[in-house]
Formats: sequence, structure tokens, C-alpha cells
Amino acid sequence: MKGRGWVLLAVIGLALALTGAAGAQTTEPPSGQPPTEDEVNAIAKNMYCPVCENVPLDVCPTLACQQWRDQIREKLIEGWTEEQIHDYFVLQYGDRVLAAPPRSGLNWLIYIGPWVLIAAGAIMLARLLWRLRAPAAGPEPPPQPPANGPDDYRARLEAELKRRDLKD
Amino acid sequence: MSEQLEPTKDKAARKASPVGVALAWLVVLGLLAVVAIQLRATMQGGMGIGQPAPAFTLSLFDGGEIQSADLAGKVVVVNFWASWCAPCEEEAEELQMAWEIYEPGGEVVFLGVDYADTETLARAYLERFQITYPNGPDLGTRISQAFRIRGVPETYIIGRDGLMKYIKIGPFTTLSEILAAVDRALAE
Amino acid sequence: MIANVGYGALVITLLTALYGIGAALYGALRGRPRWVDSARNAMLLTFPLLTISALSITALLVANAFEVSYVQAVTSRSMPTYLRITALWGGQPGSLVFWSWLMALFATAVTLRDWRRDREFLPWVIVVSLVTLAFFLILSIGFENPFQRYWATPSGAVITAMFQPQGTTLFVPPDGRGLNPLLRHPGMIIHPPMLYLGFVSLVIPYAFAMAALVTGRTDDRWLRLTRRWTLWAWVFLSLGLILGGRWAYDVLGWGGYWGWDPVEVAALLPWLTATPFLHSAMIQEKRGIFKHWNMLLVILTFEVMIWATFLTRSGVLSSVHAFAQSAIGPLFFAFIIITTVLSLGLLIKRWPELKSEGELRSLLSRESLFLINNLLFIAILIVCIWGVFFPIFTEAAGVIGQIFPGVAHIFTGQKVTVGPIFYESATGPLWAALLFLMGIAPLSAWGSSTARTLGRAVWKPALVATLALGAVFVVAGVRNGVALLALWLCMFVTAVTLYEFYRAAMARSRAHGMNMLVALWQLAGRNRRRYGGYIIHLGVVLMAVGIIGIELFQTETQASLALGESVTLGRYTARYDSLAEFDTNDNRNVARAVITLFKDGVPVGELYPRRDYFYESEQPMTIPGVRSSIEDDFYILLINWQPISTQTATFKLYHNPLVNWLWFGAAIFLLGTFVAAWPEKEPDAVIETRARRAAVQA
Repeated sequence: MKGRGWVLLAVIGLALALTGAAGAQTTEPPSGQPPTEDEVNAIAKNMYCPVCENVPLDVCPTLACQQWRDQIREKLIEGWTEEQIHDYFVLQYGDRVLAAPPRSGLNWLIYIGPWVLIAAGAIMLARLLWRLRAPAAGPEPPPQPPANGPDDYRARLEAELKRRDLKD
Repeated sequence: MSEQLEPTKDKAARKASPVGVALAWLVVLGLLAVVAIQLRATMQGGMGIGQPAPAFTLSLFDGGEIQSADLAGKVVVVNFWASWCAPCEEEAEELQMAWEIYEPGGEVVFLGVDYADTETLARAYLERFQITYPNGPDLGTRISQAFRIRGVPETYIIGRDGLMKYIKIGPFTTLSEILAAVDRALAE
Repeated sequence: MIANVGYGALVITLLTALYGIGAALYGALRGRPRWVDSARNAMLLTFPLLTISALSITALLVANAFEVSYVQAVTSRSMPTYLRITALWGGQPGSLVFWSWLMALFATAVTLRDWRRDREFLPWVIVVSLVTLAFFLILSIGFENPFQRYWATPSGAVITAMFQPQGTTLFVPPDGRGLNPLLRHPGMIIHPPMLYLGFVSLVIPYAFAMAALVTGRTDDRWLRLTRRWTLWAWVFLSLGLILGGRWAYDVLGWGGYWGWDPVEVAALLPWLTATPFLHSAMIQEKRGIFKHWNMLLVILTFEVMIWATFLTRSGVLSSVHAFAQSAIGPLFFAFIIITTVLSLGLLIKRWPELKSEGELRSLLSRESLFLINNLLFIAILIVCIWGVFFPIFTEAAGVIGQIFPGVAHIFTGQKVTVGPIFYESATGPLWAALLFLMGIAPLSAWGSSTARTLGRAVWKPALVATLALGAVFVVAGVRNGVALLALWLCMFVTAVTLYEFYRAAMARSRAHGMNMLVALWQLAGRNRRRYGGYIIHLGVVLMAVGIIGIELFQTETQASLALGESVTLGRYTARYDSLAEFDTNDNRNVARAVITLFKDGVPVGELYPRRDYFYESEQPMTIPGVRSSIEDDFYILLINWQPISTQTATFKLYHNPLVNWLWFGAAIFLLGTFVAAWPEKEPDAVIETRARRAAVQA
């Protein structure tokens, strides 16, 4: 776990996040059969209705939302895919019906923005810590020797507790 | 975050790059500006009487489109409704009756904008109340956003000069209320 | 009458606060201690005055005084008394007064402490607290007056005004509109006050930080004086957030506890800055570094707190929690800008004086790890701010599209929704990294620590965690990669933390020949902050397990059942026995189903999911039937039902594994914060050394 390790960790984290964000679920309805409530809900879960803001469509109790769910069912019966249904709803009611902004135009900013900032922070941190890798040639600080065994540890603990009593 | 890391390195602390500092300020100011714009929009509340009515395009259930620009010189009654909205039903018949009164004159246009609704139920609603004036879905909720509506039903009457003449939040209760409002807009 | 008294008290408080600000400034700048004392007395007066005001509103609420518009808006005749009292914070005007009252409470508590050794801070702490208080009072008096009454004009119109306009008579509506049904829950009685308490108590550390910057007494005195305040603020914030989650789980009826709703995220923001501050403050105390960083964090915490209040109250965000659009937005906005500029300006002025007394020496030292922890929290903060801010941004950017039609297809001005998918995928890895740090940081040493010493300390708990994970893999059959990684982290932190307790207690018991338990007790008593912190870590791990359970393993199904039919979800089977629909005397229509629940075919009890319809507000509310156990929750909702004749009904069922670990972990978490924050006695010797050190540094 040297400096490089952290950069690596950050990169892995970033990659994980991006793949996580990209992997949206797809539920293929078996065509021909009437869709079950669960299939409707699976699609509705990733949608919001403008009538009751910030409540996912699958659990929103208002009449308008119920009608929307019925519409999803109708479309499923017609054999539409989840993506087609999403596109239809976006066309009808605007971008805000989707639980996450569609990846187009200005909306890319939301997916990129925080990561640019975080990556900038991570690079700066990595640079700072990189310098620490070769410790400044100077007198080593006198404080706590590394814990080598139980006795050392006990001594350190006692010393710390005593110091605390003195300090505050 | 550059400045924040630097306390650990005294010498480095002085060397905060001016580009970075400027960039940080730019980000902060940008954020504030955007919130200020939005705040202004929020503070505006709904539309006001006398304001220029927003331009819009309504694509109709029966096919075709209506551009608000093409209606200049006429009085336009824009009614926002939805099939799931119970109060809307209270005024539906009255609106249709009013339309039947003004339709022959050709000076008044009624438009129904169907807000956040499903097509099947919307058509059934139009059928049920035998509504004949042009109706269409509020695609992408663009029209309702432009009019800054708070809910349905709401009715906006635009004068011949394109300015907002009358706003009704909630349903009309009587036919005469509609007629009075439209006649006042016509008389101006 | 009562309304006039309450309003009068508000106005007098504002005048008192303004006087206090003036007196404190004059006293500090001209060196007149008696003026400062006078300002202090003014500050002490604000609390009783605001108590009168808050009591007046409460009295009006309880007495059904519907001529007062606020009372009419949030209560109705059918509401029980305890709900009337809580309606004090059920709407914007009342909650602003409540906020001010809590602020005054904290300001008073601070004023009453022993100031002899910190006289130079006093006037500035007073100024900052009173300016904040005065700001909220101005909002109350000028824009959101809870005492406004209805007046009927001769023409029959009804207007609202504080005092009787010419030629009008008092108008008393027959009944009120009633409190939003969602807020009629016991959780709502404590959730907002806790959040407010957390918010207002964050003003105190900020006030001390500003005092330190103004006076130039930039040693770590301000930090030591405020760390307990910060800790209490943090306790209240955490408690508020947890209670909010519990309320959502019980009332909102969507099978979850946290929906990443913009207002929820806004309330989380101050927590995301206060938590790293608690950690990095320790570093400054121990090693004298990160001084700039701590100042920045305190300023950021204050601003984010005001910002969160602004977002929820200005109508800029629309959300289930947000108060309706109101005129106070621009004032909040101005307050944020002014305080940000002033505090950053002061910080820049004192920047050279806040020199580090040491430096980071090693990558794996505890202070380096704390630094990384801080940055991870800030990264989460950035993600959250970005998510809350983005819909505002896309909508406002429509202006660009209007001006330049050529780019209108990019700047559409369309509203977007930023839902849980974004937050979960963006913050997930960051939370995981935080958990990992929580595991290794306690094992690293202050000052310097090498990979070898750290490795020697880490391998044992890591091995234990890996073995335990193997057991989960084999016995519980968990195959989800993300879950396995997260669970390993949880077990690693648990192993490290328990090992730390064991190691310390063992060493002490051997050295002093005492019982292990006694040793443990004494340890925790003598270094409360550290061992309280470890207990908090354990609580966080338990909460994490609960979150992993519900987030990754929640299953759900929906079914329409005829009477006597059943539906199965996992090991549970729910049989629909009956449904009753009736009106209650508090103006609700209740539809209540009776469900018999079977687990592995054995009946385990009845559940009563129901739907309440509130006639006054025309609002439905879905209340789940829940069976809880340590292992999982079975959660059932009544979605829809046919008329009584046919008796079919639609239910939605959730299986939420391990969710109770979340609440249990929260309890441990709170226990830990109490251990850490409980007042310690200061021995005289400490006070002397401290004073001497301060003198030397000055």
C-alpha cells in the first residue's frame, strides 16, 4: 500500500461507479402473455411522475400514477421493450419522468461533473502523499515508537492515558 | 481542493496556482448565478395579467398542430386539464357550451391542453363530455412549464394583442363566468 | 390578544438582538468590557422572550384560534392535542419561530459558561450568534409572520394582516385545513426538532471559529472549547436523520427508509461536513496541523447548514418535504453570500497565522489516513451537492437556450429527476472506501507508521474477516460480489474495533491486576472520545449490514387476491382474510385489510395494512403492515381494493432482509456518541497547564 496503491484504489472505485451507473436493469416481458404486476412495477420503479414529485411511480398512490402504470401494462401487452416505454414517456411527459437524467446533451455533466472534481482531488492528494514516500531527511519525530509487542503497547497506552489526564 | 491540502506543506502553501484559484471562484460564482436564476423563476410564481403569453406548439389528438403564433389577433382560451382530475369534470360541459357559442364568430379559439395524462383515458374523457374544440397532449410538459401552472384545472385567456387577460385557477363554476371573462377579453 | 403578545415578543427579541450586536461590537472594538457584559445580558434575554412567542403560537394552536392564518393552515378541529402542539413546526412560519427559539436556547447555554479565560472570544461569539438569530427573526416578522390574522372587508373579501385594517372585522373560519397527514406520525414529533437542534448547534463552533479569526487567537483553543458542542450537534443531526428514515419506513409506504429525495440529501449535507470536522479536529489537537482545513470545514459546515435550510424553504426545490414557495428565498441567498464572503475573507486574512506546527511525515500515519477520510467525505458531499443542484441547473440553463436558439436543443430547460440510481452508484464506492479506512486507521500510529508495522497489525483482523466471510459464502450462500466485498469490510472493521478493545483491556488488566471488565470500563471512562468513537464505528458497521441487506437483497411482489387467497414471497405466505372500510371521527376514511402471515407454512401472526384517506386534505396515505425480526422484515401494503361486494384487493409485499440491523446499529451509534460527548470533569492541573500554554503561545 504505497502511494500508487491509493491511486489504483481511486481508479478502481471510479470504474466500479461508472459501470454501476451504466448497468441499468432490463426486464424483457415474455410477449404474448399478459404482463404481471411485478413486470409493470419493475419498469415503474425507475420512473417518477410529475404529479407527485420525488415519489417513484411504482409506489405512488395517486390516481394519475395508477393510470400511468396501466399505460405501462398496455404498452407491455403491445410487446414494447422497457427502453421503448421509457422513450415514449419521455416524449410525452419530459425528461423528469426518468429516475436518472437521460444520457444526452447537457445531462452528461451530471455523470462526469463530480468525477472530474474527485479525480482532480485524488490526483492532488496522490501528489502530496507521493512526496511523503521519501520521508524528508530530517530528525525523526520523537513520539510513539511503533508497537512491537504487548509490553510496548501497554507502555504506550499508559503513557497516552497519562498524557490525556494532563492535557485535558 | 488545492488550497485545503496545502497547510501540510508550508512552502507549497504559498504557491497556489492563480489559474486554480480563479477556476474555483468561477465554479462558486457559477453555482450561485444558476441558483439566483432559478430563485428568480420561483419568485415569479404564476403568470400575471398583462404579461405576454408564452409561445407554444400544441400537437392535437386528431392529428396536426397548432402554433400559438398563428392565432395572433384572436382571443385564445387555453384550458389545462387531465382525465384523472376530478375538479376538471365540473367545468368540462360549461367549457364546451361556451365554445359552441363562440365557434361561429371565429374570433375566439379554445384549446385544451391535456396535462400528464394517458392518451386512452384522455380520449375517453373527450368522448364523454363531447368536447369538440382542439385538444392535445402537453408533450414533455413544455406548455405547462411555459405557463408555470400550479395544477389542473387552470384556464388562461390571451387577448388579441398576445397579452394575458384573465387567469382562472381551479374550475369555472358557471357558464356565465366563462362568457363574462371571454367577452371582456373580446371587448378590449 | 395572545397573537399580539406573541408578535410583540418577537419584535422585542429582534430589537434586543440588534442592540446586543451593537453593544458587543462597540465593547470589543473600543475595549469596553461593560458593553460586552450588556450584550451578554441582551443575549440572555432572547430566550425567555422567544419562549413567550413560541408559547403564544402553541396556545393559539391548541385553542383552535382559526382567525390566525397559520393556525387555520396547519390544524383542524378533529386533530388531537399533541398533534396541535407539534403543528408548531408543521409549517413554514411556525417552524421559523421554533428554529429561532432553539437557537436562543443554545446561545443562552453558551453565554452561561465560564468565560473568565476566554474573555476576548465573548463579544464575537455573541455577534455571530445574534446576527444569525436576528436574520431568522427578520424572516419571521417581515415575511412569515405566524400571528397574521384574517380580516373581512365590507365587500366580503378576506385578507390577512397582522393588525386590523381600517373598516374590517375579524374573520374566523369555522374550521382549519388540518396538518398534512404525512406529518401526523409520532416520528414527526421528534424528527424535525432533532434536525433543527443539530442545525442550530452547528452555529456555535462556527461562532467560536469566527471569534478566533477576528481576535487572532488562532491556537487550538477555539477547537477545544467547541468540540463538545460539535459532537452534540452531530448527535442531534444523526438522530434527526435516523428518525427521518424510520418515519419514512413507517409512513411513506414504499418499503424503504431513504429515497435520496432532494430535501433528504440537503439535510445530509451538514452531516457530511461535520463528520470529517470531528475527525480532523482531533488531528489539530494532537499534532497541530490541518489548521486551515479545520477552519474551512467549520465555515463550510455553517454555510451548508444555511444552504440546506434555504433549499428546503425557498421553493427552489420542490419535494414532498419542502415548504411551499415563499418570499424568503432572496434573503437567505443574500445571507449566504454575505456570510461566505466575510468568513472566507477573515480566513484569508489570518491564513499566515494559522501555520502548521508539524507536517505529515508518513503516508500511513494516522493523520494521513484521517486526511484521506476527510477527502472522501468531501467527495460524497460534492456528489450530493451536484445531485441536488443539477435539476436546478438544467432548468435554469433553459435561459441560455432561449437567448441562443441555435443551442436550444442542448439547453432545453427541461426539468430532470436525479433519483437513487445516481446517488447510489456515485457514492457507493466512496462509502466502501470509508469503511476500509475505518478498519485500518485505528491500527496506524500517530506521526509515522510504515507499511510493515501497519501490515503486522492488520493481518490478524483481516484473516478473521476473511474466515467469517467464507462462512457467509458457504452457510448463507451469498454469491453477490458487491455484497461479499461490503460484508468483508464490515467484518474487518468489527474485528479491528473489537481487537482494539480487547488489546487495551488485556494490557491494562495485566498491568494492574484487575478484572478485564473493570479494565474495559476504566478505559472507556478515561478516554471517552476514543472508545466512544469505536462504539460509533461498531454502530456504523451494524447499520451498514442493514443497508447491504435491504439494498442488495430486497425482494418484492404484487398480487391481486380474492378473499381467502394467498401469495408467497420467499419463505413467507400472506393470506388475505378480510377487509373493512369505515370512517373515523377525525375525518379519515380507513380501509383496513387483515392478513394472516405464515413463515415456512407456520402461522406467525396477523398484519393490518391500511389506506387512510384524509377528507380535509384529499390525501391518501398508505400504512404498511410489518413483521420485524432480527433476520428480516416482512412489509405489506394495501394498494387497491374493489367494492365490498367482490372483496378482491391488491397488495404489494416486500421482503427486507436484515433491515433491523440498521435501527439496532443506530441505537449503538447513539450510545457511542453519548459516551464520547458526555461531559468530563476538568482537573485543575489541566486548566493550569492549558492557561500556561496559551500564555506562551500568545
